Parts: sequence; structure tokens; C-alpha cells
Amino acid sequence: MTYRLGVDVGGTFTDLLLFDEENGKFWRHKTPSTPHDSSEGILNGVKAITEEAGVSAKDIAYFLHGTTVATNAVLEGKGAKVGLITTEGYRDIMQIARSFVPGGLAAWIVWPKPQPLAHLEDTLEVPGRIGADGEEVRALDEDAVRGVLRQLKDQGIEALTVSLINAYVNGAHETRIGEIAAEDLPGIPVSLSHEVLPEMQEYERTLSTVANAAVRPVVSKYVSNLRDKLEDEGLEGRLSLLRSDGGLMSSQKAEEHPVNILMSGPAGGVTGAKWVAKNAGLTNILTLDVGGTSTDVALIEGLEARRVRTTEVGHLSVRASALDVKTVGAGGGSIAHVPELTKALRVGPESAGAVPGPVAYNKGGELPTVTDANVVLGYLPEDLLGGSFQLDREGAKAAVQTIADALGVSLMEAARGIIDIVNENMFGALRMISVQQGYDPREFALMGFGGAGPLHVNAVARLMGSWPAISPVSPGVLCALGDATTQMRTETARSFSKLARDTSIADLQSVLDEMAQQIRGELLADGVPEDQIVVQFEVDVRYAGQAFEVPLTIDKSVLDADGIDGILARFDEEHLRLFTFNMDTPHEIVNLRAVALGEAPALPANELPKGDGDPSAAKIRDHTLWMDGKEQAGAIYDRAKLRQGDRIPGPAIITEMDSTTLVETGCTATVDAVGNILINLTSEG
Amino acid sequence: MPAQIIETNDTPFEKIDIDPVTLDIIENALRNARIEMDATLVRTAMSPGIREQGDAFPLIADPAGKMIVGQFGSFIDGFLKGYDDTLEDGDMIFLSDPYSCDGAVSHSNDWLVLLPVFKDGRLIAFTAMFGHQSDIGGSVPGSMPINASSIFEEGVRIPPVKIWKKGEYNDDLMKLVMHQTRKPDWCQADLNALIASCRVASKRVIEMAERFGDDVYVSATQELLARNHRAMKALLSQAVGEKPVSFEDYLCDDGKGYGPYKIKCTMWREGDKVILDFEGTDPQSAASINFLLNENMFKMFFGIYMIMVFDPQILFNDGFYDLIEVRIPKGSLLKPQFPAALSGRTHALGRIFDILGGLLGQGTPEFLNAAGFSSSPHLFYSGWDTRQSNSREWFQLFQIGFGGIPGRPLGDGPDGHSLWPGFTNVPNEFLERYFPLRIERYSTEPDSGGAGLHRGGNGIHMTYRFLADGEIAIHDDRWFVPPWGVNGGHPGKRAKKVLERADGTTEIVGNKIEDVAVKAGDLLHFITWGGGGWGDPLERDPETVGLEIRQGLVTPEGAREYGVVADIKGAIDADATESLREEMKSSRGELPLFDYGPGIEELRASCEEETGLPAPVQPEWTANLAEAAE
Repeated sequence: MTYRLGVDVGGTFTDLLLFDEENGKFWRHKTPSTPHDSSEGILNGVKAITEEAGVSAKDIAYFLHGTTVATNAVLEGKGAKVGLITTEGYRDIMQIARSFVPGGLAAWIVWPKPQPLAHLEDTLEVPGRIGADGEEVRALDEDAVRGVLRQLKDQGIEALTVSLINAYVNGAHETRIGEIAAEDLPGIPVSLSHEVLPEMQEYERTLSTVANAAVRPVVSKYVSNLRDKLEDEGLEGRLSLLRSDGGLMSSQKAEEHPVNILMSGPAGGVTGAKWVAKNAGLTNILTLDVGGTSTDVALIEGLEARRVRTTEVGHLSVRASALDVKTVGAGGGSIAHVPELTKALRVGPESAGAVPGPVAYNKGGELPTVTDANVVLGYLPEDLLGGSFQLDREGAKAAVQTIADALGVSLMEAARGIIDIVNENMFGALRMISVQQGYDPREFALMGFGGAGPLHVNAVARLMGSWPAISPVSPGVLCALGDATTQMRTETARSFSKLARDTSIADLQSVLDEMAQQIRGELLADGVPEDQIVVQFEVDVRYAGQAFEVPLTIDKSVLDADGIDGILARFDEEHLRLFTFNMDTPHEIVNLRAVALGEAPALPANELPKGDGDPSAAKIRDHTLWMDGKEQAGAIYDRAKLRQGDRIPGPAIITEMDSTTLVETGCTATVDAVGNILINLTSEG
Repeated sequence: MPAQIIETNDTPFEKIDIDPVTLDIIENALRNARIEMDATLVRTAMSPGIREQGDAFPLIADPAGKMIVGQFGSFIDGFLKGYDDTLEDGDMIFLSDPYSCDGAVSHSNDWLVLLPVFKDGRLIAFTAMFGHQSDIGGSVPGSMPINASSIFEEGVRIPPVKIWKKGEYNDDLMKLVMHQTRKPDWCQADLNALIASCRVASKRVIEMAERFGDDVYVSATQELLARNHRAMKALLSQAVGEKPVSFEDYLCDDGKGYGPYKIKCTMWREGDKVILDFEGTDPQSAASINFLLNENMFKMFFGIYMIMVFDPQILFNDGFYDLIEVRIPKGSLLKPQFPAALSGRTHALGRIFDILGGLLGQGTPEFLNAAGFSSSPHLFYSGWDTRQSNSREWFQLFQIGFGGIPGRPLGDGPDGHSLWPGFTNVPNEFLERYFPLRIERYSTEPDSGGAGLHRGGNGIHMTYRFLADGEIAIHDDRWFVPPWGVNGGHPGKRAKKVLERADGTTEIVGNKIEDVAVKAGDLLHFITWGGGGWGDPLERDPETVGLEIRQGLVTPEGAREYGVVADIKGAIDADATESLREEMKSSRGELPLFDYGPGIEELRASCEEETGLPAPVQPEWTANLAEAAE
């Protein structure tokens, strides 16, 4: 009688996945997104999926939601009007933005500098100074604070942020300004940098604080609106949002700290992949989430996704934990072109997007895209989605022919060239998160999802040597699945910056204990039972003087047993793996983090009926496609009719409602017990 | 005698026809390998100069030493010609002496590592990287003595030597080298980082060759060079005319009281070939501002500027080198004779880019940006930190500053940003945590960007409060000859340095000074130049000027340069603005393409009054040097 509902709102579709906690049975539904008010699309979906499942909204205990509302507020500059108070002498901190111009030599000529998130005219400074050691150098000038607040109020700010130099060591001046603001600017939310991010580096701390404040009103409005509407529908379950780091947070907390949900969207797919991997009996996974304009990749080792300390959104790099998801501008809509000057074949980063879209979609697109190349080659059959949607193969051919002409090759060669290039771009992104981090991709399986992931996963797995290539069950709604199956999470961080040799184990433990208590309290407040809370620690270590820290996960018992030396030994090992050398330089303990996790729900997967290995019952028809330089005979199968143990030799195509899986020549697909398709090289002989 | 390359497998690489897709795949893979080199370096280096500011440059070359990916062009060909030794599997070359590598590195602070990559007994590639070391010994902390008159005062000079020989590490050599520096810990870490980067790239090259086959890989590199050659040939014939055009600009001074020094470049095309001739450049300096300019490096700079606009996705490589001929007079500022001092070459290196912009922009307005490269302004601060009782710790800071980016066809120049690729500032909280410093001000300098339809970026005004007694050195330029504006835009304001002593006295100090003692409590105002303006300032929307007053980027007084009358709150007096603009329009002549300011003689006459510093004295050269530069 208890259900979990995962809902992922994307640019084009809202995906829903309703999960029966008792038997793992699930229903999925796709409905058009309603960008003017996402809750409309969500409610349409909720009605449809509960009806289909014969479930009442009241039976949904958890409503778990991944959203790009915060992301879009940043990308589209639709955040609140934020006022920023800085230390005297630091007004231009966001304007100078660390002086960084992206790109190579001469790139400044063509770089459009983005506007600071807190506008310079709404940034004002106040006298008062804390030193690097935390001592007060000059007292805070409270009259000046009141004057500045008055001015910001007159300028109509909607949110106030305070970010002072060295506040990460001593936040007293910030706190005082917060108190004065509460008196003088009632009703205006205030964010203090030492609370949002108590870490060294003034620009990053300020930016994170401002980003948080800018998206807060937008997120808050979105969440409360959604909560009201869901209540009107009789949904009484708990509403949680997916964090960028793949955990869940209560909607109330998300309203306060929206900076943690900036990359909520891509995190859903990765957590979904984790759940699928567990059911498929795999622990190491590379994910390949291929959308219309871009591809997201991530690495899961031992069923844990790699995390990073920064969230990248557009041009902003915000200090908040996120899954280590790399994005490349390569997707189904990526446009192929041949520049006059170089005669090179380029694919992307320009994209045809949803409108006008690929030529084959007949929505006005005229430029050849990756999807068109897939259609030309026969990888995407013309009658998609059970005949409800017809692709224009002739149009796609004409468009790809322009590329063939420019390169002086045949139509099919040009089409395969486009696919090879886009696969190579995905491969490049996967290398960044695997080989470049010291991981051997041959020890990982590759999972393709999103609309087009299963079309490319086989070829990219071949490039990586990552087997099996996996087309997970319901690849089109994996994000929603991830939302539904992950756990509550919260974390806190502190700057520590002490040499390891000057640190006693007691120092370290007292700080860690304090942090543990804080975040345990947060999860308790969010309704997680005490006995389900697990706390983990992370320690960032580096050789004193380096800029790059290696994060090490430790638990309390290990710390007790091995002490600080144990941590340092693990650091040396990790450094050697990453960079091929160790040094005699002293170690510095840079940051400490504590993570509190709720229990992951033990959700079973639904088993398919057993088959006899012969997939003929699911076969739709014979099919011709172009692969390895020639036309080849293959077949098309209906995924819904496959049984566990079915074996499909490549080349073959397996279709379902919202996705198509391509099995290449020389490979064999096997259906596992819960419906995942695992593709491996066909063994010799 | 050229280097003798020892290969145990003498089968030549077979030339294979490469299909365009494989070619693009290899191009992408090489590009990724290069990104990996950068990432490895930044993560493991230790000196703030490399790890925060990114002062390091990678490359991957073909077996002949031609750069396939990278950004400063290849020197390997020249190195191979001059290296009198063998090169075999397991060797790695280490060098820092500019005179031993044709200026591939242009001062001894840049340490370079070169790794020949062998596969199955054949040389298949080179990988190399160099990075700026914070200290390599010599007469001053930081090893860039302004007063040096020869390279022998500028720290340890490393001729090309084998740091690894047939897989054997030369420990004694490295002990000797590290013994010369004040910061062996930084140097060791940074050198490790350079080596790790080269090894990563070498691994990637071998993986690529394994994946595609050695012949395919090598043939692909040749085709990439040829592709670049074809593209540049087409580009040059469109963009460069047969009629010679010239451009000249100045370095303000040499730090010993002499200046300005002229750099002049003339460009024309003869058939397919473009000539870039530095005839007319002043002779070399007796101080350390000489810049030993490698011809290939300059070709690369030139090519990058060209390509940036036409196909930014093109891979920069050495393929087009034979389409360009660079002529640099011997004995000139850009080709000084051994043992001229070189450590202060950053000013001329910067100025080269302004000259390129001006040179190309004359014929192709889409290229024309205003001026904004001064140099990389440096601050050195060193001494003994005794703030903790009974401890005495040596500290040494080398920091790179930034100025304003010029007004551009695209729009305003960003304020206080870096013209150098990938550079960032060092976070002030980091400085305050690890050095006896407090940064009291870190802001842009109002009105310093040149007025224009597109405003030049403001320079930075950074105020250091020293918390320990010590010594400082400053390297900056553009304090005497302003960065020029274009298309009617005004020049940017000049750089300035002011010491405000704890005892209440204030003095304006030079922009190239060293061995200046500072006391705890003293303040240094380090103010950099603004970028030149682009286009007619009288065409700029008065409301934008008003907004920038509220933002503190422009003052009401500065607004007058735009013909805008506004109060301190940025409120525009529309009538007064209109009449001021009318008056300014009628009294001025035709808008110049370049606005250099008042000219050298007038700058000299008003120098003391405007800058607070004596005017530099016109340098004179002994006959033989002057002749050499003719």
C-alpha cells in the first residue's frame, strides 16, 4: 500500500515513475512539460499514472522530485535581485571574477563577459575587518551598515547576501550585519557567506552565497506552489527534492539552500543507474546520458557515484557538492557541418534542439543532425513509438548528402562518420572522468540512457573497452527512477587547513563530532528516524602548497584504529595513482566534511517471466541497416515482449515507447532477470 | 652537430591515406591529451605562479618535432639541430637556457621538459612542457633582477641535459640544480608536475598509436599539419595584402632610467608567403628587458590571431610555418646577443600582442581591438616572517597582476581581467593565510579604461599592507606610453605605484624597481593600466555611463570624456550632455584610426607632472649594436 513517485521535469517531457515498494512493480508515464508552470505537467502526469496503476494519490507516501528550476533561474538570469555587502575595498569582487578569461591565447577577443549575478550597482561595501587569524583588525562600522542597507532597500533588492573577507574563520561581522538587516529590512531573506560555505577563497564563497540567494525566491515559489497543488489533489506524502549530489532533501530545506539542487536534473540519471546496476549485479558503471543537445557522463565505483566539490552551471562554478557529471555538447540534435576552410567534419556543439529539431522529425529542421545520421543508417527505424510517429528518412538522407558531397564520400560513409565523431566526443568526456582520474575503463560497464543513450552505448563501449554495454530497463525515465530510489542526504564542511604533523587526533575528532551532531540533527528534523541515520566523514588532504586536494572518505572506527597516519598513507596511495609520484613535503589537512545519510529504501526490482533464450516471439520484422562499411541484414524486436534470458545477436534493434537500443554486428544482447539488456562482444567460435 | 636519434627499429613509418573521420578522431584525441596535460600540472604543482595562475605551456609534436597541439609553437626542430648528443628511449631532456634553444623559453625561470616518445623502437612523438619557476637563485628573490646586465646574474642556467638517461634518473644533476634555488620545495614539485604532464601525454600518444596503428597515427599527424597549411594559405591570401603595412609601439623604460624602446613590425605578402619584418626595432638593452623571440613562436602567435576569427575550432599546429617568414634583426631588442640579460622579457612579450593586433587590424577592421597588453605585472615580496614568537620563516611571494582588457568590436573590455590564457588571480584569503600580508583593497581603478563607444576595461587597484619587514620588487610597464585607443576611442590610463609608509609619508615609486625595503604596516598601492577605448565615446549611451557611475567604474569627472554631464548618483543632465557633445564634436577633427595619446615628446615633457616620476632618458647605443640592429 505504499508507493514512491519519482518525477523528473525536463525541457520537453515530464517523466513519472510510480514504484510499488512491496513488490518492485512500476508504472511509467511521459507527458509534455509545461514550462510556464511545471506543476501543471506534473499534475497531468500524476493523474494519468495513478489512474493507470489504479492507485489513489493518498497512497503515495513519498513524492520525490528532480527539477531544473534552480538551474534555469541561473542560466536564464531569472533569479532574484540580490544585494551584496562586501568588506571595504572589495566591491568589485564579482566584477573582477578572479580575472579569468576562458579559452586559449586571444580568446579574450571573442569572449562575451557575463553580468555578475549580484549586479555591481547593488554591491556595496562596509568598513570593518577580520584578519586571516580570525582576530578583529577594525571594528564593524554599524552606522555605515545601516546606511548601506537603506540604500539597497531603496534600490529594491529582493534578497541580501553578506560576504566579508576571512569570514570563514570568524563570521562575527557577518552575523552582526544579519541582525541589523533583520531589524532594518524585515521580510528580505539574508544569506551569510560563513553559513552557506565556511571555506577559504573569497570569490568562490561569495559566488556560492549570491547564487543561493538569487535562486531562493524562485525555488521557494516553485516548491510552495507545487506543494499546494499536490495537496489539492489529495497527495499527503512527503515532498523531497533531489540534490546535485544525488541525495534527497526535504522541500523545506531545498527552499533555504537551493544552491544544493542546481544540478538536480543530471543527478537523477546517475542515481537511477546505481539502482539498475545493483539489480543487474554490477558495481562499477560509467553512465552515458544522451539527450537532444548534450551528453552527461559520470562514474560509479562500488555502487558509489564520484562526487566533486563544485557545481558547474553555465559559466558559474559554485561551491556545493555535486555528482561528478561531465557534459559535452554532443547529442541527437547536434548539427554536422564541414567548414569551408579546413574541410574537416565537425559535429556540434551547435544543436537543432527541440525546434526546429532534426530533419527527420519534419518540424522544419534543415541541417543534418546526429539523429538524421542514425535514421539514414537504419539505426532508428522510420516508424517509431509503435507507429504513432513517422520519421522522414528521405529528408534525412538529403541533409546528410550535403555532408557527403562536402567530404567527397558516399552518403552512408558520411552518416557513419557523423556517428563516429559524436561517439568520439562522448568517449572524450568519459576519458576525463575515468582514465584521467586514474580509473581503468575496462573495469567498468557502460550504461546508456536518456532518449538516445541506448543507440550509442554499444559503439562507445567498444571504444572504451567497457563491457557489458547496458540498456537499462526504461532508459527514457531513468532520472525519475533515480528520484524514486535514492536516499536522504545532508552534509556540512569546514576549513581546517593545518599541517598534519601539527594536528592531534583529538583536535580532529572534536571537530568531526560537532559536525556529525549538526547534520544528524538536520536529518532528524526532516523526519528520518534516528536509527536509520548513518554519518560518514571526508577529509581533504594535499601536500602543503598544492592547490588540489584529494578527498578521502573515512569512518570513525578507521580513524580510531589507524589515526592520522592511516589517512596520510591512503592519501599517498591515491596521489600515486592519480599523478604517478609522491613527495617528502608535509601533508596538509585542508577541509573536513561530514555527510549524514538516511537509509536507502530496499526496493526490489520486478522480475520478467523466464524465456528459453530465443527472442523470436518479440521480433517485429526483418530490417536492413548499414554497419562496418556495408548493408547488413538484421531484425527489429519489441522490448516489451522480451523475456529473461533471451539472446539477440547483432545487428539488431530493440524498440520501446521512448527509446531505441542498437546492438552492433559482432555483439550479442542478453536480457537479464529484471529486463536490462546487457550487450557483450560475441565470443569467437 | 645535430642530435643523433637512436632507434632500434629502422623501418620507416608508412604513409597511409587517412579518411577524414579517423583524422578528426585523432585530432580530438590529441586535443584531449593536451587538456589532460594542463589538468595534471595544475593539480600537482605548488608555486602559486603555476598552480593558481597557470603560467605553463604544453605541447605534443610529431617525430620531426613539429607541434601538433599546444599553444606556443614548437622549438624542437631548432633544439635537435643544436643538441650535440644522442637521444634514445628512456631519455628525458631538461633545459632552461634561452640561448641554447633559440628562445623556445625566453628567460631562465622557465624550466622545460622534453620527452621523446618511443614505441617499438621508433621515435613516434615528442611531448614537452615548460613552466615558470618562482625562484632559480641569482641576485634577487624571484631571480628576475631588473638591474642585471647579463644572464649570469639571473640564476641557474640549464643547458639541454638528460634528467633521465635510458631510464636512469640523474640524481646528482638535480641535487646540483636544486641547490641553486631559494625555493627547492616549489621547484621540485613544479618540476615533478611538468614531468608527470609529459608522461601522461606520452601515454596517450602510445595508446592512440596502438588503437589506430603506428602508421595511421603518424600519417594522421602529417595530414593535420597539411590541413592547417591549406587553411592558413587560403586565409593569408584573403587577409594580408602585398603592400607593406607597419605598426610600432613602445616599451616605456628599462628600469635603469632609459626609454622608451621602440618595437616595429612590417608585414606584406609575396605570393603565398607572408613576411613579418622587425626592421626598425631598437637595439638590445643593457638592462634585462630584452626578449629573445623565437621565430616559430611568433609565427604561432600570428596564426592564432588569424584563426581565432575564421574557424576557432581549427587545431593550431605548425603546419603553416613555411607560409610565413619572420625577420628579426640581430642585436635588436628581440634578438639580443649572448650574454644579454633576459629575465624582464615579459614587457616585450606582452607588447608583441598589441603590435600584432594593430598590424592586422589596419587592413581587416574585424580584427581591430584597442591596446591593452602591458606585460604581466609582477610583485615580489620576500623576507623573514617573525610574527610567531621564536620562529623565523622565509617567505617569498611572486604574484602576477592584471590590467584592463581593451575595448573590442564585440563590446566593452572586461575590467581587471587577464589577457593571458587560463590565468587567474591568487585568492586574497590565500595570500593573507600564507604570507604576512593584508589586502586592504582589491578593486578596479575608476576611469582607467579608455573612453569609447565600447569602454576599455579598468585596471586593478590592489593595496597590500605588509605585516613583516622585507623587500619588494615591481615589474610593470605602460606607465609612460599609454595603451592606445582605436576607431575614435581614447587611450587607457597608465599604470602607477604608490608607497604609503606607516610613518605617514607617501612616495610614488617606479614601475620597475627592486630591493625596496618595506616595514610592517607600510601600504603599497599597485595600480595597473586600463585598456584602450573602441569607437567614438560620444556615441555611448549616456544612461550606460550613468549606470557605470553608480557602479563606481566611472566618475562624474570621467563621464565628461564621453560628453556626459552627470552627478555623483549617475543622474544624467540631458540638456547639458547634448550641448557638451555638440561642442566636443564641432571642436574635434576627424576621428583617428589609432589614438596614441600626445606623442613621445609631449609625454616626456609632462611626465614628472603627470606621473610623479622623471621621464625616461632616450637610450643611446654604441655603434656596433646600433649597426647590428640596422
